[in-house]
Amino acid sequence: MGIIKARQLVHEYIRRDEEGNVESIQTALDHVDLDVQAGEFIAILGHNGSGKSTLAKHINALLSPSEGSLWVDGKDVSEEENILAVRQTAGMVFQNPDNQIIASVVEEDVGFGPENIGVPTDEIWRRVEESLGAVGMLKYRHHSPNKLSGGQKQRVAIAGVVAMQPKCIVLDEPTAMLDPNGRKEVIRTAHELNEKKGVTIILITHYMEEVVDADKVIVMDAGKVVMQGTPREIFSQVGKLKEYRLDVPQVTILADLLRQSGIDVPIGVLRREELVDAILRAAQITG
Amino acid sequence: MLRDITLGQYYPADSVIHKLDPRVKLFGTMIYIISLFCFRGIAALAIATVFMFVVIKLSKVPFKFMVKGLKAIMILMLITAAFNLFLTPGEELVSFWVFTITKEGLTNAVLMAIRLTYLILGTSVMTLTTTPNQLTDGLEKSLMPLSKIGIPVHAIAMMMSIALRFIPILIEETDKIMKAQMARGADFESGNLLKKVKNMIPLLVPLFVSAFRRADDLAMAMEARCYNGGEGRTKMKPLHYEGRDRLAYLVVLAYFVLILVCRIFLRWPQ
Repeated sequence: MGIIKARQLVHEYIRRDEEGNVESIQTALDHVDLDVQAGEFIAILGHNGSGKSTLAKHINALLSPSEGSLWVDGKDVSEEENILAVRQTAGMVFQNPDNQIIASVVEEDVGFGPENIGVPTDEIWRRVEESLGAVGMLKYRHHSPNKLSGGQKQRVAIAGVVAMQPKCIVLDEPTAMLDPNGRKEVIRTAHELNEKKGVTIILITHYMEEVVDADKVIVMDAGKVVMQGTPREIFSQVGKLKEYRLDVPQVTILADLLRQSGIDVPIGVLRREELVDAILRAAQITG
Repeated sequence: MLRDITLGQYYPADSVIHKLDPRVKLFGTMIYIISLFCFRGIAALAIATVFMFVVIKLSKVPFKFMVKGLKAIMILMLITAAFNLFLTPGEELVSFWVFTITKEGLTNAVLMAIRLTYLILGTSVMTLTTTPNQLTDGLEKSLMPLSKIGIPVHAIAMMMSIALRFIPILIEETDKIMKAQMARGADFESGNLLKKVKNMIPLLVPLFVSAFRRADDLAMAMEARCYNGGEGRTKMKPLHYEGRDRLAYLVVLAYFVLILVCRIFLRWPQ
């Protein structure tokens, strides 16, 4: 069985007026089915308000489903007694790096999660060292988080989650507030964790460039899962992606335009080198 | 200018005093303050002076750092001394116009000035040698018995340490909002006091909104990392006493006994 399994998951934000009467109901998740296998790198795409963050918060039991069910590592998230176990299995990294660092020293912040779940002191130190090493922040362990760059802060936040030894990490737009360098740092770290430690990664983003290396891409729109597949399968449908107001990587658009104008370029080109090769090949055939 | 504010003003150095357990320092400071207000006689004053200078020497904090703290309370000290000087009844020394200086008044004024000076110096030794985090840890652990009568000691300590973490962030934010408002023509400098306070509104409203938003985010991030209150929590850096801490307790107690002995047997000159 997969690590995350959702069946007909529905979440409604209900707004009430002062007397408690329902004013409006906004369906953020609309009968979502999802299966994630352990060790996968999943990317969830969608523009603002597509329900991707709401889905992320369900995986960490920060929100509970209005209808339907969600299992994380075989545990039902709507059961009260499972909540802590679910949060330990599925760690979460948020968007704003400043608002998720609790302590005023890097190593103490990484130790915060293990402290909460009652890990013995020696083991906390071991884990802090290991997870700071895993994100490449070991030499900053005694620094104050205020003096770090955005990308570094976000890596500390990831280390804080890794120290709890989760099977799965959900990153909810971890790069939205970072500069291009910081974005690369964070995405590289996520891939390293996935490859070296076998941690299942669920990356939520709206930067297309970041999903190119994922095992599977899920596109959400208006609370529904509208597309699912490998990055190549997804990006071969440029027209459909535009319909969901998503930016397709420039290389993919260019390849698509070239093919439309009759040049023999394969469908779903993701990287610049691929396109260069394809154009060269096409040039040799015609030339 | 807002960046210069440092809370607690920790002075990093490698000294015995820095290494002491924060609980010892809290206890020591408390005892020292009590001793300042119950000593009698010149011998006890000498002991208190020597004790403090030895501690300052041991802490390796330059003396001018200590004196900085004194400047802030200079006015308060002068006012207190003046009140003591002129308003204590007793044996008259000099008298001019409506003022009378009495012998008792003079001694009281001098004593009060000495007490306040020592009080500030004593407490700044503690804040200069202890990081804010250690201080909250120490407070949490020494106040733990109070949690039995329903005081949320852990929660209070957690709030204090989070507040300390967010001070620089909020200061930076204030700076940013201030500049943004100034760029749109807001005026924070001119006008009388009332006008100045009124002008602060466009600064304070966005600051509060953003602080609440941050608090909300932070609460969620803490929950996501299994934070569940103080119960069942372990510590990454637990406090425990070592040989030097026990010795320090003994020294502080010995000092206090000495002061009390002086109060009873060596009361001269009072």
